[in-house]
Amino acid sequence: MTKTISDLEEIARKCRVEIVKMVHRAQAGHPGGSLSEIDLLAALYATRMRVRPDEPKWGDRDRFILSKGHASPGMYSILAEMGFISHEDLKSYRVLGGVCQGHVDMKWCPGVDFSAGSLGMGLSFGMGCATAARLDGSDRRAFVMIGDGEMQEGSVWEAAMAAAHHELGNLKVILDRNRIQNDDFCEVQMRMFDIPAKWKAFGWNVKEIDGHNMTEVMEGLDFLEAPENCNGPSILIAHTIKGAGISYMENNPSFHGAAPNDEQFHQAMVELGEVDA
Amino acid sequence: MTRMAATRDGYGQALLDLAGNEKVVVLEADLGKSTKSLHFRKAYPDRTISCGIGEQNMLLVGAGMAASGYIPFASTFAIFTERAFEQMRNGVARPNLAVHLCGSHGGTHTGTDGSSAQSIEDLAIFRTLPNVVVMHPCDDVSTRVLTMQLPALGSPSYMRTARNKTPVLYDGREDEIQIGKGIVLKEGNDVAIVACGVLVSESLKAAESLKSEGIHATVVDMHTLKPIDGELIDTIVTQCGALVTAEDHNVIGGLGSAVAEHLVANTLAPLEMVGVPDRFGESGQADEMLEVMQISAHYIALAAKKAISRK
Ligand SMILES: Cc1ncc(C[n+]2csc(CCOP(=O)(O)OP(=O)(O)O)c2C)c(N)n1
Ligand SMILES: [Mg+2]
Repeated sequence: MTKTISDLEEIARKCRVEIVKMVHRAQAGHPGGSLSEIDLLAALYATRMRVRPDEPKWGDRDRFILSKGHASPGMYSILAEMGFISHEDLKSYRVLGGVCQGHVDMKWCPGVDFSAGSLGMGLSFGMGCATAARLDGSDRRAFVMIGDGEMQEGSVWEAAMAAAHHELGNLKVILDRNRIQNDDFCEVQMRMFDIPAKWKAFGWNVKEIDGHNMTEVMEGLDFLEAPENCNGPSILIAHTIKGAGISYMENNPSFHGAAPNDEQFHQAMVELGEVDA
Repeated sequence: MTRMAATRDGYGQALLDLAGNEKVVVLEADLGKSTKSLHFRKAYPDRTISCGIGEQNMLLVGAGMAASGYIPFASTFAIFTERAFEQMRNGVARPNLAVHLCGSHGGTHTGTDGSSAQSIEDLAIFRTLPNVVVMHPCDDVSTRVLTMQLPALGSPSYMRTARNKTPVLYDGREDEIQIGKGIVLKEGNDVAIVACGVLVSESLKAAESLKSEGIHATVVDMHTLKPIDGELIDTIVTQCGALVTAEDHNVIGGLGSAVAEHLVANTLAPLEMVGVPDRFGESGQADEMLEVMQISAHYIALAAKKAISRK
């Protein structure tokens, strides 16, 4: 069953609803980076990931590593959409004993392959998964989602250099370039200058897209999978908007790690077409 | 009504109070809103150095500035200070450069962020570094006073603060607070409870409940874990003959270990250690976490009775 662009947009819309519900219910969590990544996650899971929701530990599955693990509501929403967990499970976000821990955790949630929460760790882990796949003679891939603020961690560049050195064509990174980190805009906190040039200089295949335009997202994923780009690691730089889809959260650093109040929640549901104004 | 406040706010206030000293500089790693160094940043942007999300870099920038006559205060979450442990070891502690590191959101009490954010080993690891003073104050007043004493120290320090609010104990008692000196908050002769950080107020609660059973406990706020106040430990051993330690930290390596190390080298006494039972945390509210980890007032009182029974 091939998914059309509008199918994918609808999946992403439904995920956005769940993201906002999760952080509102918990009155905590990270909506901004969940909303910026969700179009990418929706397309990746619905059309590319070779996984079996009823057999989450299937050995030859593609791995997805949410290195920016605070953006867990985004990942939980797509895992529920895919059937790894139930929509009921989403209510356990940040609740004692819940599968939906504050940061994605492979010990707690089916479909999660990496215990995240500390930035700058996922790319190295992904390199390990890709290296193991190569040693196994398996064609499984490792997809890693990183944040732009996260890219300031030196360890990201240790992994970037090593992955290119080892020509890991089965390692694929998506950068959520939403221009905001915790305290403020990246431009204020730590300028990163020419990001595509940096990755190219480290030996990576690089493509830039609009991370909210589903047609471009699909082209970007095609790029990551293209045989000519499997000679070494590849990165998709997705230009996104932090908080995308909810007007008052968009480009607003305060919604990196804050929940909407009841009134704001209602407005979000209206904007997402869930309820009438 | 007891005033409630978070220790991290005391830290933020202290930085402002210290700003008169032009050598004081603040280093951030994209968590200034959380550790509360943001107030200093707003008031003194020229003396605030953003290191991006790069804790390892931050620590050594601090070392370089300390070696150039500045007094750097660097902060991030307690858990992420650990990422720069070797920088702290080789770049800061070894040359004895007075960089002051603050780790906020420490312990399981930090809550729903879950295990990746709940440092339960920071006090232990920094305690192993020569030259480094290690502190975990229990309220915003003592955090402020202790932070303000740091420039005079001349050696590096690690201080853990907490995200969530706890009862304020030292309003108007600023003069009693001094680095390296434990504070007796309550006196009794049956057992002594030695606590740090968020478990100090839990220990006071435990002492109240013990009192209703006719057991009289001494409660000590051991805000400085290193150097540990050995003189005070000797005094309470003589006075009570049985000890309990209480900390929101792995039971291995923290306050309990510091007190035990002193006891075995001096006067032995029964000691029960209340701490995180060598397991990782999970998402939960702050008060729920104290129950899950078995470190709330209830467990401290149980440990007190056990310590007494071992006299
Ligand atoms: C090593 C480490 N340092 C600090 C943090 C605290 N932190 C959590 S999210 C965040 C900002 C992340 O920004 P970015 O990577 O751009 O993520 P996004 O904008 O997609 O949410 C910070 C500093 C962390 N999780 N890990
Ligand atoms: Mg970002």
